Amino acid sequence: MRSNPADYELIAPGRLQAIVALLANEPGQWLPIAGGTDVMVQYAAGKLPARKLVSIWNVPELRGIDILPQEIRIGAGCTYTELREQEIVAHEFPLLASAAGWTGGIANQNRGTLGGNIVNASPAADSLPALLAYEAELILVSVRGERRVPYLGFHTGYKKMQLAPDELIRAICLRRRFSEYLHYARKVGARNAQAISKVCIAALGRLRGGAIGGEIEDVRIALGSVAPVPLRLPEVERILTGKPVDRELAQRARTATTAAIQPIDDIRSTARYRSAVAGNLVAEFVAQLGATA
Amino acid sequence: MTEHIVGKSVPRKEGREKVTGAAHYVDDMTLPGMLHGATVRSQIPRGVIKRIAFDPQFNLGEFVIVTAKDIPGKNCIALIGDDQPCLADGKVNHPEEPILLLAHADPHLLRAAVDAVLIEYEALPALFSLDDSERRSQIIWGTDNIFKTYVIEKGDVDSVWAKADYIVEGEYTTGAQEQLYIENNGVIAAFDVEQGITIWGSLQCPYYVHKALMALCNLSEDKVRVVQMETGGAFGGKEDYPSMIAGHAALLAMKSGRPVKIIYDRLEDMTATTKRHPSRTRHRTAVSKDGKILGGEIDFTIDGGAYATLSSVVLSRGTIHAGGPYYWPSVRIHGKAVATNAPPHGAFRGFGAPQSLFAMERQMDRIAQVVGVSPVEIRRRNFLTPGQTTTTEQTIREEIDLGKLLDRALELSDYTAKKTRFAQENKAASTKKGVGIAALLHGAGFTGSGERYLASGVGVEGCADGSVRVLVSSTEFGQGTNTVLCQIAAEALNLPYENVQIAQPDTNQVPNSGPTVASRTAMVVGSLVRSAAAGIKQTLIADGTLGSSYTPEEFRAACRQYISEHGQLRSLARYDPPAGVFWDDQKYRGEAYAAFAWAIYIAEVAVDVSTYSARVEDFVALQEVGRVLHPVLAKGQIIGGVAQGIGFALCEKVVWQNGRMQNGQMTNYIMPTSADLPRIRVFFEEMGNIHGAYGAKGIGELPMDGPAPAIVNAIGDALGTRFDSVPVLPEDIFEAVSAQGER
Amino acid sequence: MTVPSENRGKCETSLAVNGKPKTVRVFPMERLLDVLRHELGLTGTKEGCGEGECGSCSVLMNGELVNSCLVPALQAAGTEITTIEGLAEGPQLSALQAAFLECGGAQCGICTPGMILASCHLLKKKPDPTLDDIREGLAGNLCRCTGYMQIFDSVAQAARRRNPA
Repeated sequence: MRSNPADYELIAPGRLQAIVALLANEPGQWLPIAGGTDVMVQYAAGKLPARKLVSIWNVPELRGIDILPQEIRIGAGCTYTELREQEIVAHEFPLLASAAGWTGGIANQNRGTLGGNIVNASPAADSLPALLAYEAELILVSVRGERRVPYLGFHTGYKKMQLAPDELIRAICLRRRFSEYLHYARKVGARNAQAISKVCIAALGRLRGGAIGGEIEDVRIALGSVAPVPLRLPEVERILTGKPVDRELAQRARTATTAAIQPIDDIRSTARYRSAVAGNLVAEFVAQLGATA
Repeated sequence: MTEHIVGKSVPRKEGREKVTGAAHYVDDMTLPGMLHGATVRSQIPRGVIKRIAFDPQFNLGEFVIVTAKDIPGKNCIALIGDDQPCLADGKVNHPEEPILLLAHADPHLLRAAVDAVLIEYEALPALFSLDDSERRSQIIWGTDNIFKTYVIEKGDVDSVWAKADYIVEGEYTTGAQEQLYIENNGVIAAFDVEQGITIWGSLQCPYYVHKALMALCNLSEDKVRVVQMETGGAFGGKEDYPSMIAGHAALLAMKSGRPVKIIYDRLEDMTATTKRHPSRTRHRTAVSKDGKILGGEIDFTIDGGAYATLSSVVLSRGTIHAGGPYYWPSVRIHGKAVATNAPPHGAFRGFGAPQSLFAMERQMDRIAQVVGVSPVEIRRRNFLTPGQTTTTEQTIREEIDLGKLLDRALELSDYTAKKTRFAQENKAASTKKGVGIAALLHGAGFTGSGERYLASGVGVEGCADGSVRVLVSSTEFGQGTNTVLCQIAAEALNLPYENVQIAQPDTNQVPNSGPTVASRTAMVVGSLVRSAAAGIKQTLIADGTLGSSYTPEEFRAACRQYISEHGQLRSLARYDPPAGVFWDDQKYRGEAYAAFAWAIYIAEVAVDVSTYSARVEDFVALQEVGRVLHPVLAKGQIIGGVAQGIGFALCEKVVWQNGRMQNGQMTNYIMPTSADLPRIRVFFEEMGNIHGAYGAKGIGELPMDGPAPAIVNAIGDALGTRFDSVPVLPEDIFEAVSAQGER
Repeated sequence: MTVPSENRGKCETSLAVNGKPKTVRVFPMERLLDVLRHELGLTGTKEGCGEGECGSCSVLMNGELVNSCLVPALQAAGTEITTIEGLAEGPQLSALQAAFLECGGAQCGICTPGMILASCHLLKKKPDPTLDDIREGLAGNLCRCTGYMQIFDSVAQAARRRNPA
């Protein structure tokens, strides 16, 4: 343990109002900590710059999932376990359910939160490509009230995001319009469990009329670990939309994918490998799309 | 003869403590007034220390500080050679080399204190690879960077090339591997002017630590006491390293007059302590047209890191095993251990054999390809048979039939049907499957004259309450020492297993039964336990207190009576080298090991062509082990070893930069989880062993030898692309498949 | 300037551990792992990695499996913690503990407390687990000794014993 607990403050005001008031009164002073599965690792490594932390674990206003006719609102404090246990997530948003099951082991799923995953903003975060594919919107909250922003574009660069210093993510909204789509998700890590992804993909697609042989009517493809932020691939989506699926199309999608991403060499993998695998996964998605109604 | 305890899966002796959380590992222990210690380590791979200063902003005045100047005895970790300093004195030869020690009552202050020690270096050019070391652009050790060489010569190698129908060459490399015991290295030291130094530690070899501390602290034998605590995994990583950490804690304890605890965190343990030696093996084999080995040359080189430590012994085992379980009419094997500026490499299960056997088994598949026979046939035609001699000219005296063992493994794994089926299915499938074989032998016990040199001693005593106690310095670290040695004693005395205990290894209480290494404990130490147990029985019988056949109650009563009359009932047995076992240390020839265990391992692998990752789908581990003393423990040893071997083959890669491990965290050093391993199917054969307790051969390290070559051979079968190196990561498969595609 | 740790900054923190109420005076960012081991003397919970990867520090917090090395003391306040020491009922081992003993689920024993708690948590959620359920349930607990097979056997045996068919 490379930090001294005596050097840190941690308080738990308990309710959202008190927390946002604290963030507004002392901007930039207090680091929110939810389940701690990222913050506590940095702390133990002696690499946590913040010295004052405010607990947002178990805050009632951040918990639970509201099910509305047109959308669901997932509290930012929802853990991966809670996501996995919610039937509506498994049925209507399987990309997110899969991602939750891939994040760490059971113990970390019991503590890690969706809001935490977004704010920690690792390019390799497992749930973020799913949020991009589902075109999630975020509800942000501060003393000034709430605002709603598209998740697309929320991350502006490596670990940079459109979150004011006194804002928290309150909820993640997903519109309920993807039941008729093919959902395709894969995570490629160094092992089958407890792995940081080398490449991960979350993709959705639908054929016109839902018939095999029909053209692609709508498609969304998102990748993680291939750029400083999770990426949608609009160029690849453009190439695919309106076309019938054949081998040549899958190949064009593969090529366009490798052109759209900027993977790096790092301690876990290489740029060449990530590029090739990303291309393969997109091609595989397209092939699956063509094979299902 | 039917045994009633040996051969049964009796409860693990210390099992109850382990499943209730009551087992005491060193970090569970505190002593009054205890301080916590930390180590200031080199940040460069090689250079001269110009200046050590303390950051004026930080008050180091409250800390105990120890440097090389505080060492009362010799500044070295006494092992084989004495070249490794306990604390660097003026120069450093590897990243993370220990330079200075700190201690304080509050462990939370140590990190900042370590950072407050400012060291200025004058960097010197360093060497980071085995090839660089051989090129000798720098001399970093001795006169030529070479720790040790061996040459094994048999027959007339130089004449085989002209007769060969094929000459097959190959070069094979293996990377470093981290032992990754789940309990990090740790120790507590206490010093008292009367008693001397006491060490409690997570360790394999109490007497190694004892010897090292005598020299370091300039203390006599009776002024050093080493006690082994429950140890959370070791695998060789706690064979010699504990002498270093114990030395550090002892120095701090001597300087401060307080007990000192040092527990490494994962990052420090991974980056600063020993790993498996990286290796490079070059084969050149002369083969006849029907696939028989006529002779060959094998060049086996290992990277020992910055100091000699155990490299000569790892080299020895690797060199002797380099020819595999095959008959070589002639062979020349060069073994060489070289220096680089990395933390010294050390013991890890297999100890040189996994490295050289990987090469041999890959070479056999290569020979098969060149000659045009199957991997099965090439092995069958070259297996050692009884009466033939090994590469060191040791005659195989037992009736081992490797062809039959191979047949059984092929059947258990459904090899032939799968090979045919996969060849067909792979044409169209997006997952390519393959099967691969590894055949091996593993010598148990110390090599050659090693056991004679160790002269192990074992005690068995009767206790005042009538129970029996085994006295050995052999340690339990999961492999079952406590259980098996108590089984043997109970069997020898015809007493219930519950009536036999084993003393905690404490150099004040137990004789030196040798280090807990080399797969020698059940076989060699077990034999001595049997003798010593028989000894106390003989004493009681001779004394008239016991009849030659007795009930447990009668034994208990006799034992109590004898002790009340004589004060003590104890028998010591000392190792007596078996007749007819001769080893020539000069020519490196003769009976290298008292016993070999034999194995055929078969892996089935599936490679996903979209992610390039290889997965083991089925694994058959078939081995002849003399005698299975405890079925559950024996099976557990094989499965655990195979799991480590799968990691060695597919995912455990040490990422180096300038001699320092970059991925020293469990997130980035990848070992298999429960989701990553197939069912590992274990089968035994038992031929007995005249040199082992109840016929046992050592099995602890054997399972490490087979998985890597079997898996890599299987990947070759699946893809048609041969790999000559481990680990084989998906990135490596991708590069090979791309290159193949481009051709 | 360094000062020895003082009580300043520490808070009274109350929690239930193995069914007993406890109050400790600790820094809010003290790790739950250290509170258990050092303040409460419950050394059965182990530290293997300090980064939530190995699972040796697993405990149950309000019945849910967590890595105690990643839980700050303040967040454990008011919760019910179960450690390995809380599983046996006096001299009677739990079904899981007994199964680990019989089937070779424990070798060196350092991962065993966390592994048993993870197994306990699994059997609560899935009393009749398949092999895949067991693999998944234990994927956050690393074992270097056993290669996992005999741990799977142990869990399967405990499940059978608890639910005789």
